[in-house]
Amino acid sequence: MEQNSRKAWLYLLPSLVLLGVFLIYPLLDVLVYSVEEGYNFASQTYQGVGAYNYSYVLHDPYFLQAVENTFVLVILTVPTSTVLALLISTALSSIRPLRQLFQTIYFLPYVTNTLAVGLVFMVLFQRTEYTDGLVNLMLSWFGAGPIDFINGPHWAKMFVLCFYTVWVVLPFKILVLTSALASVNDTYYQAARVDGTSRARIFFRITLPMISPMIVYLVITGFIGAFKAYSDAVALFGTDLNAAGMNTIVGYVYDMLYGDSGGYPSYASAAAILLFAIVLTITCINLLVTRRRVSD
Amino acid sequence: MNITLENLTKRFPARGRKAQGETVAVKDLSFEIPDGMLVGLLGPSGCGKSTTLNMICGLEAPSEGKIFFGEEEVTHLPPELRGVGMVFQNYALYPHMTVLQNILFPLENLKGEERPSRSEMRERALETARLVQIEELLDRRPKELSGGQQQRVAIARALVKMPRVLLLDEPLSNLDARLRLQTREEICKIQKKTGIPTLFVTHDQEEAMSISDRIVVMKEGVLMQQGRPQEVYDNPANLFVAKFLGTPPINVLEGEVSGGMLRLDGQPVLPVPGAEEGPVYVGIRPEGFRPDADGPMACGLNRVEVLGRETSMVCTHPACQADTLRAILRSEEEAEAQSGQVRFSLRPEKVFLFRRSSEERIRFDCPARAGA
Repeated sequence: MEQNSRKAWLYLLPSLVLLGVFLIYPLLDVLVYSVEEGYNFASQTYQGVGAYNYSYVLHDPYFLQAVENTFVLVILTVPTSTVLALLISTALSSIRPLRQLFQTIYFLPYVTNTLAVGLVFMVLFQRTEYTDGLVNLMLSWFGAGPIDFINGPHWAKMFVLCFYTVWVVLPFKILVLTSALASVNDTYYQAARVDGTSRARIFFRITLPMISPMIVYLVITGFIGAFKAYSDAVALFGTDLNAAGMNTIVGYVYDMLYGDSGGYPSYASAAAILLFAIVLTITCINLLVTRRRVSD
Repeated sequence: MNITLENLTKRFPARGRKAQGETVAVKDLSFEIPDGMLVGLLGPSGCGKSTTLNMICGLEAPSEGKIFFGEEEVTHLPPELRGVGMVFQNYALYPHMTVLQNILFPLENLKGEERPSRSEMRERALETARLVQIEELLDRRPKELSGGQQQRVAIARALVKMPRVLLLDEPLSNLDARLRLQTREEICKIQKKTGIPTLFVTHDQEEAMSISDRIVVMKEGVLMQQGRPQEVYDNPANLFVAKFLGTPPINVLEGEVSGGMLRLDGQPVLPVPGAEEGPVYVGIRPEGFRPDADGPMACGLNRVEVLGRETSMVCTHPACQADTLRAILRSEEEAEAQSGQVRFSLRPEKVFLFRRSSEERIRFDCPARAGA
């Protein structure tokens, strides 16, 4: 017994060491940074311990803007992308001809380079000297005026960011849901058909409950992913997100560390801890809400 | 109300790009489920039983032929308009619903005038649950039930909308041996109580023989024989049916008819008046052997299995197709083995002759076989 458990620890050692050095220690370190007041990067000294960093971050208008942006992004994109993915994958699994082709098309964004995607969005939304962009061209058909999506009003930029995010996360969700749908045993549908169940009722009373574990998984990971959004915003609006008013919480953390106004690891750490707290809370709420509904 | 199948044929198109031709799953099948009867559809796997079932319930459309429920033709009706109750092999109970919700589900699908009120639905669900004796399980989920209980829930769900016909697909195959015995009696009882014409599919001949009022034997999509179980057992139409029914299985030997005598390995063993001459397959039921020291059939004795009520003798015979043949004797009958040999005489009503080419039955006059 004693020998066995010693052996077990030995086997676990490599992963424990790696996790400790690269995950646990930095996590704790961030926590320590976030409470050290007046930390000096050069001399590695600080003046005291307290909650000042948190107070500073929470009073920073840029941070508040970032929090607002992030929340809007999360609240808009997670439900939208999940519902869209559900519709598309249901449609995909109910067609027979060309199914493989459509599956491939819907999965393409997943394997496409971010920069290429950025370029595509430029063509769609960017205003240049010669053109107002494809979307504005289409808007003009309906008599709607050109909107500057990249440097214009905040809602327009938010729309582009949300659109981009939904588009980027869709393929993975479709993939997961298509396989979840395929895993539902066909006899359930046969039984339902023999009993004369309408299509809508089959979908809501049989299909949806059967794949609900996968939907919950997608919603939770979707929330976490959206809270961590940053690179998408950079791809669309450039590195100075604060000026564009399009910063996210992770973007704020990064700017505090390395940005033009950076060099404040204490503030960055405090913001990171706040993000961690938010994500943890939301995930716990998610699990509590869904646990009762998903029993299998 | 009788359920009638008329010349049903089901062809499936060839699958894959290279595959050629089509598969005929069911070919020119006609039979009837008389009102109030339990009919067993019997055959080896892949013989088209399940396809037949799916055509009756409307999940598959027949390529040719007609299906009647009573006077009404339902061949092209969608399943929900046929009024069939179906119990699937894996039961297909919705795992996220309780037993009660499962049973209520078909009722909640009803629309318009057919739709009972909430309390009526509950009443009918409870009534059906009582019929299959699962009243105390109504709040459980399917995964909290044993196989036998799940089976009953599935039957209740199929019965609750008072179907015109009940279909059971391999109803016992997911149960262990003891439960199988109990459940098949249960099914028989429920069917008699409700009087709904019932068709159940099985590959297990014992299962079919034991509870069916009628059996229908199929092979490769073609009807082989139908009738009352005992009738079919006593009078198989061909070698396939003879081999398929009965445990232990029938012994098949290669023989010859000449001069009104059946000859096995050259030795005359039984007079078969009226049978046409020529080489034949001979089927002898295990209970068709009678120990007889002067009997015409000599077999090498391998071993004797004493089973209490009866004795089973495993023998060898040069004409036998299998390595051994099995004779079952009542335990008071005694067979004397001399230098590794036993002699039998044959009960003519337990001996069947089949044409070598078509495997069709050759009849011969046998006073012991009434109506043969």
